[in-house]
Amino acid sequence: MNKNLRWKALAIFAVIALAAWMIYPIDKKVRLGLDLKGGVHLVLRVQTDDALRLGSEAAMERIRTELTKAGATGVTATLDGATAFQINGVPDAQDALLRQLGSEIESTYDRSGSGGNYRFQMKPNIAVQLRDETVAQAIRTIENRINELGVAEPVVARQGAGDQILVQLPGVTDVGRAKDIIKSTALLELKLVEAGPASTREILLQSTGGQVPAGSEVVPGVAERLTPGESPSPTFWLVQHAPVITGRDLRTAKPTLDEYNKPAVSFSLKSDGAVKFGNATGANVGKQLAIILDNRVQSAPRIDSRITDEGRIAGSFTQQEAADLSLKLRSGALPASLTYLEERTVGPTLGIDSIRAGIIASLVGLALVVVFMLVYYKLSGVNAIVAMSINLLVLLAMMAYFGATMTLPGIAGFILTIGMGVDSNVLIFERIKEELSSQKGPRQAVGAGFDRVFWTILDTHIASLIAAAFLFQFGTGPVRGFATTLSIGLLINVFTSVFVSRALFEFELSVRKSQSLSI
Amino acid sequence: MQIFKNANYDFIKWRWHALILSSVLIIGGFLLMLARGGMPLGIDFTGGTLVVVKFDKPVHEDTVRKALDVLPGDKVVQQYGDPKLNEVLIRFPQVKGQEQGFGLEANSQRALAALRQANVGKFDVLSTEVVGPVVGEELQKKGLYATIASIFGLSIYIAFRFRFIFAVGALVATFHDIFVVLALMGFLGYELSLNVVAAILTISGYSVNDTIVVFDRVRENMKVMRGKPLDQIVNASVNQTLGRTVITSTTTFLAVLALYVFGGEVLRGFAFAMLVGVVTGTYSTVFIAATIAIILSRREMNARRAQQAEKVADVASPSAARPRKPGRNVRAS
Repeated sequence: MNKNLRWKALAIFAVIALAAWMIYPIDKKVRLGLDLKGGVHLVLRVQTDDALRLGSEAAMERIRTELTKAGATGVTATLDGATAFQINGVPDAQDALLRQLGSEIESTYDRSGSGGNYRFQMKPNIAVQLRDETVAQAIRTIENRINELGVAEPVVARQGAGDQILVQLPGVTDVGRAKDIIKSTALLELKLVEAGPASTREILLQSTGGQVPAGSEVVPGVAERLTPGESPSPTFWLVQHAPVITGRDLRTAKPTLDEYNKPAVSFSLKSDGAVKFGNATGANVGKQLAIILDNRVQSAPRIDSRITDEGRIAGSFTQQEAADLSLKLRSGALPASLTYLEERTVGPTLGIDSIRAGIIASLVGLALVVVFMLVYYKLSGVNAIVAMSINLLVLLAMMAYFGATMTLPGIAGFILTIGMGVDSNVLIFERIKEELSSQKGPRQAVGAGFDRVFWTILDTHIASLIAAAFLFQFGTGPVRGFATTLSIGLLINVFTSVFVSRALFEFELSVRKSQSLSI
Repeated sequence: MQIFKNANYDFIKWRWHALILSSVLIIGGFLLMLARGGMPLGIDFTGGTLVVVKFDKPVHEDTVRKALDVLPGDKVVQQYGDPKLNEVLIRFPQVKGQEQGFGLEANSQRALAALRQANVGKFDVLSTEVVGPVVGEELQKKGLYATIASIFGLSIYIAFRFRFIFAVGALVATFHDIFVVLALMGFLGYELSLNVVAAILTISGYSVNDTIVVFDRVRENMKVMRGKPLDQIVNASVNQTLGRTVITSTTTFLAVLALYVFGGEVLRGFAFAMLVGVVTGTYSTVFIAATIAIILSRREMNARRAQQAEKVADVASPSAARPRKPGRNVRAS
C-alpha cells in the first residue's frame, strides 16, 4: 500500500468513526417527526386586532374619564375599528385639556379634526410594531404553557412573516386538552360588582333605568349547571369597568379545594398587586367581587375583610380543569385571542405503522439495489455498496448532529439519496468499462473514468441541490424535511462516490496487482 | 456483463414520433382529467377535514356513509390502505363561510359523534387533519412557486454551464415530465397533495439530472467529434450513456417501487408520482431534451449560415469555393 492510499484510508476510517460516534445511541440522537411519532401539529393565527383594540380602548377611556372629571358633559367616545377612536362633542372649555391629553399620546396616535370633534388614528408603524409584539408575546405564553404541560421537544415558532404560529407537540394524544390549554386567553380580572346576578340583561338594568352606567359594564356569568341534564340558565352581572387586579398581578396560582371540598384555584399576588388588592378590598368590605375569566364571571364572593396577597377562585371546576386553569394563570394571559388555521393529528399507532412501512420500504429498496449492483458489477459492485453504506451512515450522523427531524418524506429523501449514490457509481463504472474497452490498462482506465466523470457528477449534484434549495425555501413542514435530507445526502454523496469509491478501486488494484478488473 | 455495449441506435430519427406520442399523452390525459372535473386536490389545497378511523371489526363503507348521512355536505368515505386493517377515511369539504377557529374542527367532532351514535362498531381515531381555507390557499401558492422557481433555477444553471439551447431543451423536458405525471395521476384519480408536490419537485430534479449526464457527454463529444453535425454528436452521446441511463433508471425504479409497495398508504401518492416520473424522466432525456436542443441548434445554424451567405454576397466574392473557417456548427463534409 503506498503512502497516498494510506492517508486516504485513514481519512475514510476517521469519517466513519466520527459518524458512528455522532449517532450513538441512535434512538436518542435521531428525532422522529410527528408523522412517525404521533402528535399534534397546529397552525394558529393571533388576532392581533384584539390587542390593538384594547390599547385604543384604554387610551379612549382615559381621555373620556379625564374630560368628565374636568366637568365636560355630552362627550361621546366611540371606537373606530381596532386602531382608531373618535371623541365628539368636547365643550370649548375642555378643548385645551383634550389637546393636552392628545399630545400626551401623540407618539402613538395622530390627532385630526377640530371644533370639539376629534379622531385619533394609531400610527401605522406603531400598529405594525404592536402586532409584532403581540405575536411574540403570544408565542412566549404558549411556550410557557406547553412547558408546564411537560411535552418533550415541542415546537412553538412564528410561521411566515405574519401573524401565524406553528405549534408541534410530539407524542401528545389528548388533542382536545392541549388545544384548550393553548387557546384559552386566560385573562383574569377581578372587578367590583355593582348589581346582579340577574337572568337577563333587561332585569339586571332595571334599577339603572335600562342604561349601563358610565364606568360600568355587563358581564355574563358562566352557565352553571345546577342539576345534570337541566339546560344551564344564563346569568348577568353589572360590574365596574376598571378591574381591581388582573392576571398580571399574580405571582403564582395552584389547584386547591374550596370550603366545600370542591376543586378551586388559589393564587397569590405580587407586592404591588397586593397593595392594590388590599386597598380595594379594605374600602369595599361587604361588597361582592366578581372573578372574571375570559370575560365570564366565574364566581362573585363577598368581601368579608381586607385581603392582601392571597385569594381563591371557586367555580364549578373538575380537578383537571382546576389544574389546567392554574397552569394557564401561571403562564400568563394571551395578549389576543387565537384561531386555528390548520390542525393535523397523527395517532401513535399510525405513526408506528408508518415507521414500520418506511423501514421495510427502505430495506427492500436497498436489498434490490444491492443485488442488482452485485450481479451487474460483480466485485466492483461491492465498492458501490460500501460507498452507499458510508453515505447513509454519514447522512444519519449529520441529521443527528443538526438535530433534523426524521419524517416520512425524510425517509423518501433517504431512498432518493441511495438512488443518487448508485447513479454516481454507475456513471463511474460505465465510464471505466468504456475506457477498458479502448485498450487501456485497469489503472489508467480507473483514473480516466473518475477524472472524466467528476464534472458530470458535480453538475448533476449542483442541479439537484438547486432544486432542493427551492424546495426548502418555499416548502412547508414535510417538504422541508425531504429537502433537508436530500441536500445533506447529496453533499455526502460527492465525497463517497468520488473519494471513497476511488480509494477502494486503488486499494483493490494495489492488492491484486492483476491485469483485469472485476467490473 | 455489459448491456448496450457499443450501442448505436438512431434515436434522433424517432424524434417526431416521440413528440407526437408525448403530446397525445399529455393533451389526452388533461382532456380526460377535465372531463372528470379537473385535478382532484387533496385537503392540503382545498381546505377541509379528514379523519382516519380504525374499527375493531370489518365495517362496510356504506354503513359508515349511512351513519354520516345526518351531517350536511358532500362526504367522502373510503377504505384506507389494506382492507384487512378495517381503516376508513372520512373527508369533509371546507364549508363556505364557515367560521375559523373552533368552527374548523366541528366537522371532525360531529362526524365522530355521529359514528358513535350509529353504533357502527368500536373505533380508534388514527389521525385527523383540519386545514382552513387560508392555509389551503397559501400552500397552493407555495407549491406552485416552489415548482416554477426550482425549474427556472435549474435552467439558469444549465444555461450557465452548457449553452442556452440546452437549457431550453432541459426546461421543456422537465415541464413535459411534470405534465405527464399530472395527467396520469389525474386520470387515475390520485389527489394532488403536498407530498405529491414534493414528488414532482423531485422528479424535476431527477429529470434534469438525467439530462445533464447526456449534455455533459455532448459537450465532451463536441471536442472529440469536432466538425460533425450536432445530430450525430447528440445521437452518439445518447448511445454512449445509454447503459448508465438504463441502469440508473432501473435501480431508482426498484427503490421507488419498494416505496410504492411497502411504504404504506401515506406515501402511496408520492411513490406513484415518482414511479411515473422515473420512467418519463428517462424517456424525456433521450427524446425531448436532446430533440429540442437539436431543433434549436439547426435553426441557429441556418440563421448563421444565412448571415454568412449574406456577408459573402456583400463582399461579392467571385469564388464560391472559398474555404470556410472551421466552426463548430459547420459541416465538414
